[in-house]
Formats: sequence, structure tokens, C-alpha cells
Amino acid sequence: MIAEIGLAALWLAAALAVLQMVSGAAALRAGEGAVDPLAIYARPAAIVQAVLAVLAFLMLLWAFAITDLSIKLVATNSHSMKPLIYKLTGTWGNHEGSMLLWVGVLALSGGLLAAFEKRLPQNTMGATLAVQGFVALGFYAFLLLSSNPFERLPVPAVEGTGLNPLLQDIGLAIHPPTLYAGYVGLSVAFSLAMGALLTREVNPNFARVMRPWVLGAWVLLTLGITAGSYWAYYELGWGGWWFWDPVENASFMPWLAATALMHSVSVLAARDALRTWTIMLGVLAFSMSMLGTFLVRSGVLTSVHAFAVDPERGSFILALLGLYIGGAFTIFALRAGAVAEGKRFAAVSREGALVFNNVMLSAILAIVLLGTLYPLLTEAFNVRVSVGPPYFNPASAIFAVPMFLVMAVGPILRWKDDKPARIQFEVMLVAALLIGVIAAVSFFGSFPFLPLLGLGLAAALAVAAILPLRGRKLTRVPVATWGMVIAHFGVAVSLFGMACEGAFTEERLAAVAPGGTEQVGDFSVTLESVTPVAGPNWTALEARLAVSQNGGAPVILAPQARNFWSPPQATSESALLTRWDGQLYAVIGNQAEDGRWQIRVWWKPFVTFIWYGGLLIALGGVLAIAGRVRVDVKRRSAVAKADARRADLEALEAQPAE
Amino acid sequence: MKTRLWLWVPLALFAFFAGLAGYMLTQPKDQFVESTMIGEPLPDFALDPAFGGLPGAAKADFAGGRPRLLNIWASWCLPCIAEAPQLEALKAQGVEIIGIAIRDRPEDVARFLARYGNPYTRIGSDRISEVQLAIGSSGVPETFVIDGEGVIRYQHIGDIRADDVAVLLAELEKAK
Amino acid sequence: MIRSVLALLLTLLALPGAVPALGQDTMPPAPYAYTQLEDPALEAEASALMHTLRCLKCQSQSIADSDAPMAGDMRHQVRSRILAGESPDQIRAWLVARYGDYVSYEPTVSATTWPLFAIPLLVILIGAGVLLRRLGRRRGETGAEAGE
Repeated sequence: MIAEIGLAALWLAAALAVLQMVSGAAALRAGEGAVDPLAIYARPAAIVQAVLAVLAFLMLLWAFAITDLSIKLVATNSHSMKPLIYKLTGTWGNHEGSMLLWVGVLALSGGLLAAFEKRLPQNTMGATLAVQGFVALGFYAFLLLSSNPFERLPVPAVEGTGLNPLLQDIGLAIHPPTLYAGYVGLSVAFSLAMGALLTREVNPNFARVMRPWVLGAWVLLTLGITAGSYWAYYELGWGGWWFWDPVENASFMPWLAATALMHSVSVLAARDALRTWTIMLGVLAFSMSMLGTFLVRSGVLTSVHAFAVDPERGSFILALLGLYIGGAFTIFALRAGAVAEGKRFAAVSREGALVFNNVMLSAILAIVLLGTLYPLLTEAFNVRVSVGPPYFNPASAIFAVPMFLVMAVGPILRWKDDKPARIQFEVMLVAALLIGVIAAVSFFGSFPFLPLLGLGLAAALAVAAILPLRGRKLTRVPVATWGMVIAHFGVAVSLFGMACEGAFTEERLAAVAPGGTEQVGDFSVTLESVTPVAGPNWTALEARLAVSQNGGAPVILAPQARNFWSPPQATSESALLTRWDGQLYAVIGNQAEDGRWQIRVWWKPFVTFIWYGGLLIALGGVLAIAGRVRVDVKRRSAVAKADARRADLEALEAQPAE
Repeated sequence: MKTRLWLWVPLALFAFFAGLAGYMLTQPKDQFVESTMIGEPLPDFALDPAFGGLPGAAKADFAGGRPRLLNIWASWCLPCIAEAPQLEALKAQGVEIIGIAIRDRPEDVARFLARYGNPYTRIGSDRISEVQLAIGSSGVPETFVIDGEGVIRYQHIGDIRADDVAVLLAELEKAK
Repeated sequence: MIRSVLALLLTLLALPGAVPALGQDTMPPAPYAYTQLEDPALEAEASALMHTLRCLKCQSQSIADSDAPMAGDMRHQVRSRILAGESPDQIRAWLVARYGDYVSYEPTVSATTWPLFAIPLLVILIGAGVLLRRLGRRRGETGAEAGE
């Protein structure tokens, strides 16, 4: 029954998506003031659809929880002996389940938008809901026609195949749902952008409606990428955290677009400038999340040992991509010229700095896109090339470095027009820090250029990030401004972590007999013993490493070499020793014929700052949402209180955006 | 009108990508990394025998004007079992096959040959994939056609299927 | 590396390149597969090079990040050649001569890769053009919503 309820809910939701689309289109056609009899159905359709899609997902979750082996998806991806938490997270550890999660979140956010957003004109809202319904419909069709998660087996399986051991980790509980929710949040931004474009309502009011969705999506993407990076770092056993791999890039590109969009929508909300650009970025951000989905699932970019990828699946997503993104760019090309000009501003102004950084972010996006897709292009001519870190790092640094420099001073510039002389002191301070740190570090040793530059920039940015607070009464600083300060500071923290990891990491690979000691950094690592241990669905060899820093009291680290039996696969479980100033990363390898064990140990100074920075950036985003929502609520009550309060309203409006 | 032209740029770029991606979806996914040593002479090497039964292999063994097959294989490799009958068929056609066993142990090599047949005249033991890397091979099994002057003329990646036998024979003929 | 986890995740598909599977050999790794060079300077050179060479048996992992036996053998080649006095560029060229550009993550300007370098230049020009058009005008003049 479970599967049938889920499937029925999905079909019903798809039907409601059609209703939502038609009804929304009717509202768009009716125009402001007039009431089309069909138009009233869009909101209820979106809300009920959300309930149904979430119900379908819960049904699948339930099927995984009880390991219902009559469902094909459960039988091929789960196992009765697996711990409950991994049974649950395994729901989205596969193609069909993750698409259902995606669709569930999509419908849920559409429902929330329909239920709570009352600020937009009726026809803009109708157009937005129509687009949202159209997008949802495509994904329902994808699920129902080519990736049915509820498919039954003719005969129930005796036992499931199991979940890939690399996915049997708490990381799977956090990383994909966050990332998907981020992608899907961008779909709302997309629908809103299209709605505004279709009705030519690109104005600050629209930007204020769009902003929380963009910020929310961006926060979730930030968290998703941060969690994914850390997960891969500890799970894969080689201490790397970012490799410019196609799939990583697929998650990074929407983030870049969303970052640009978030800043641009702030300018639109605060200053009524950058209208076309905001719409463009709204379309681009969602394009990138769909492109990511396509690249990952179609398998066009995987190489050796390719997955058993279903070409039908890839074609389906490509068709959806063509429909939505191709359609959106066509409407953009036809309509954007008719969007009225926004407000003007000077080059030296906060808008000017934001435009500069928007262009830089877009340029980085272009570089990442180029590097990611280029191998695909050459393969069309039967030439195979690899594009990796030695390309991406310098090529993106060309744009990232000027961006960071402008980011340092942008927030202290005034809106509309400012004089460079006014911020002379701040500019000198940032320049002095940058040059001073680079000079000081180079004095102590020779390090690669990019990490060195990163250290200088991190120091300059960290100080620059808090400059907007200078001379202000901290208790009266708006919450959204705190958000900006913390997010910008987080960028500095993250950059510091990356630069330190790049410049100062120490590595020790050695074959060690039990009792033997190796030295890495300040740490001496002694292999005490290697013993077999067993878990619920694996057995492992566990090393006991006594780690002592500068001869201090030893701490035991226990990396494992695990063997899962369903499916049969071996993994390395790294052991981490976290100190405030870095992490010691230890892995146990194979036993050599002479009885010694391979161990790999890294000391990575300040590597944790990479992810702390990511968390700070996300926290900044959360504060920005909280601050904006508060201001918006105040604004609405102020509007309701009529013209006498207009002076107060303007005081609120004058609050700076990030 | 001129100012609006740029509005079409995103659509054009997207259309280009969609076309490329659509085309690539229809293309069979080529999973192999081909050697770029075709037409080059074999690098110098001299490998110890892989087991007691046959001599080792060296570059010098690919001389004397007669084309030969160089088969990269291993006893732990499952597709190598599948191609064993085809190697036998090639041997029956009078082809000389010199093997290089990758990361293998003598006892395993002997057991494999006893079980699946021995089409080789020589087998060198490449315990650290040294020769494999030197000739641009990226996996097991792979089969190279080497002409009588020791020049690599053709590479077959993966196990030899029944219909590949004729192809290899033709390549050997061409290499004469 | 992150790739494998994400790929697995997002696609449902199993089998990352680095994990020993059926049909894997049992031989000990080559001498320099998991052993560093004595000289830290040489090891740093080797390590930097290894991070930019592609493991041919994996999906987009460098040989420095893979447990695949062939990656180990390639690391051995890199370290022993560095030890023998070869420069990283020579070793890279040696491998490219055997496997083509595919083996190196560091694209060089060639007939097939020039757009990788030309397009960023174009992006710089476009970026500069857009900025000049948007911001380059004198204060007070039109700062029209020029788009890009």
C-alpha cells in the first residue's frame, strides 16, 4: 500500500501542477484589477500539491525505514542489516529517491510562496505560480515516466543489495538535502524573475519578495557545499577538500551565480538599479543548478570506469533544461529590452563596487563553466583533455583577487556617489595589511604564490570586513549589516584556511612496524597495534596510533580500513585530531609482506578554518534574512499607518544593504 | 536595435551547449585511454620470466622482421579469462604472442595458464607496471601489434572478442 | 575525491575508482608508491607533480589521491624519476607522449586547447568593456541600465 499511496500522491500532484499552471496563466492574462474565474485556483493548487509531494516523499522514507523489499528501489539500494539512520538517509542516496526529494522540496517551496506571499500584484503572482507549476510539472513527468521511485518488483527480493559504504555516513544526512533545498530555492527565484519579467514588474517591491528566497537558497548552498567538502575530506582518505572536479563544479557554479544574484537583488531592493541584470542572474542561477543536475546524472562528463548511466535519463533532463532555460532566455531576449531603466549611480559608489564584483563573479563562473565543459567539447572531436587545479586556480584567481580587493572597501562606500578621498585611510590600511603579511610570510620561507597571496588577502579582508562597524554604535547596527559583516569575515576565515592548507601542510607516508614512530610537524605518531574490529555491517582493521604533540601526553587515534559486505567494498576511515590551529589526519593502509603497515599522516594547519568560514558565511546569510524580514514586517506596518509616518519609513529604507 | 543584440547572447550560448550535450548523449561513451605510442618504437625493456615455464620478455624479442602480438594481462584480471580462447585461436593461426604479466606472482601465473591455456611463447613479469606505463597502456587486458622492427602498430583495448581475431590478424598482415 | 562522494550521491551509482574491487591484484605496492623521497625538496617537487597527473584507472582523481594500484605505480615512476634527476616537466612530457594530454591536469596551449586560454582573455575584455560602459562614464552622465 505504501508505494501505491506515494505513487497516487505523485500523480495527483502532477495534475495539480497543471491546474496551477493554467490558473496562473489565466491570472496573468486577466491583468490587474480584472478577475478571471480560473485565477483563484493557482494558490490552493500549489498548497495542496506541496502536501501531496511531501506525502509521497514520506511514503518512500517509510518504505526505506521498514526495508520494504517488494519495492525495487529499496531492494537495490538498501539492506535490512543497515543501521536505521542509514536506511533513512539511503532514501536519497540514489537517483530516484533524490529526485523525489528534489520535487518534494520544490513543491513545498511553491506551496510556501503561494500561502504566504501577498505583496506582489495579482498578475505577477499568477505568472510566478504558472512558471513554478510548469517547472514542477516537468520534474513530476521525469519521476513518473522515467524514474519511478515506487516501482514494485514482481517478486519481493529476499535481501537488499545495500548502500554504497561511502554513503553510509552522517554526511549523507546533511549534504544532499541542504544542497537540493538550495537548488530548489533558486527555482523560486527563477519563477519570480520570470513572473516579474512577463509582467514588467521589475522593481524594488519585487526585489524584496525575491530577496529572502535568494538569501535562503544561498545559505543552503553554502552549507551544502561546506558540508560536502568536509565530508569528502574525512571520508575519502587522502586529505583533499576541493579538486575542481566536474561534480564539485556543478555545485559551485549555482553558488557563484546565487552570490552575484543576492548582491544584485539587494541593489535592486535598496536603490532600484540593476533591473535587467538581476533578472538575468535569476535565470542564470537556476540554469546552473539544472545544468549541474544534468552533468551529474547524464554521465556525459564521467570518464574512466563510467557509471551505468541511463542515456534516457540524461535526454530527459536535457529536454527539461532546453524547455525551461531555453524558454527563459528567449523570453529574456524578447522582454528585457522593454524593462525600464533603473536608477543611475557613479563608478565610485556602493552600487559601483557591487557591479564590479558581480562582473567578477560572473567571470569566475564563466571560467569554471568553460573548464568544466571543455573536455566535453573536445570529446566531440575525439580528443581527450583534462582540465584540473593547475588551470582553475590561476584562471579564477585572475578575477577573484580584484574582487576581494573591491570587496574590502565596497561596503564602506556610500550609495549612488562617493569620493575616493573619503575612504583614503581604509584603502591604505587594507593595502598595508596585504603587503605587510605577504612580506612577513615570505621572509620566513618560500611558499607557492597563490597561497601566499591568499594569506595576505585573508588578513586584509578580515580587518576590512569589520570596518563598516567603525564609528557606529554596535547596538544600533541593523541585523542585516551584522549579517554582511559576518559573511565577509567568513570569506576571510575560509581564505585563510585554504591558504594555510596550501602553504603549510606536512605529509608523512611510511611503512611502520607496530611500536614504530614517525614524526610529522610537531607530532610524533606511534603505531601501537593493529586489531580487527566489527561493526553492524562491516569488519575492519583498526590501528591504534598514539599521537603526542611536542612530547606531551599521547592521544589515541584509531583509523580503520573497513570492509563492508553488502555491497562488498573497502573504505578507509580516517581519524582526525582537531586542535584549534589545525588537524592531524591519519589513515591506515595495507600491510606489507614484511609485516609493516602503511600509514599516511598529515598535519594540516588551520584547515578547519575553511569550513568554519563556510559556516560563518552561512550564518551571515541567516542574519541577513532575519534582518530583512524584520525590516519588511516593520515596513508593512508603517505603510499601513499612512502618510504621516512617511518620515519614519524613509529612515528604515536608508538602512544599508550588504 | 544594436543595444538589444546582447540580450540574445545567453540564448545563443545556451543553444550551443544544448546542441553539444545532445550530440554527446547520442555518442557511445568512450571509456578507454588510447596509447599515443602507435607508430613509435617499443621502449627499451627486459623483464624477468613471469614463472618458471617460459622465458622473460625484452625489446630484443620483437625483432627479425616478423610481426608479433604483445599481450598485457594478469592472472587476477577477469576479462583475461574471457579472452583466453581468442588468444588460443590466434596462436593456432601461427601468431606469436608475447605476454607481459602485470603485478603478478609466479604461482598465480602458472595456475592461470594451467587452467585457461598457454598461448604465449614468452612472458615477462612487470611487477610495478613499468613497461605498461612506458608503452601507454592503461589497463588489462590490452593487446598491441608490434612489427618486425619493434615498432608499435596497433592497440586493442579490453578483452579480445571473437570478432576481434580477424581484425588483429589483418593488422598483423599490415605490419609485415 | 569530493567528486566520488558527490557523484555517488547525486547519481546513485556505486564503485568509486579508488576502492579495491573484485579482480584486483594482491601484489605489494611499488617501492615509491607509498614511500616519500628522503629529500624534502625533491618530495615536494614530486608531490606537486603527482597532484596534477590524472589517474587513468579512476574517474577524475589525481594519482596523488588514489589507492588504485596503477596510481601507485605511476607515483613510483614519478618519484624514482625525480630521484634520478629528471625535472617535473620532463616527466610530464614523458607521460603525455604515452597517454596524450588526458594524463595531465595542466592544459598547455596547443591546437586543441587554445580556447581554454583565449576565452578567459575574451572574458577579461568583455568584463572590462562592461565595466567601462557601466562605470566609466563621468559622474552625472547617464548610467543607463545597460544590462551586463
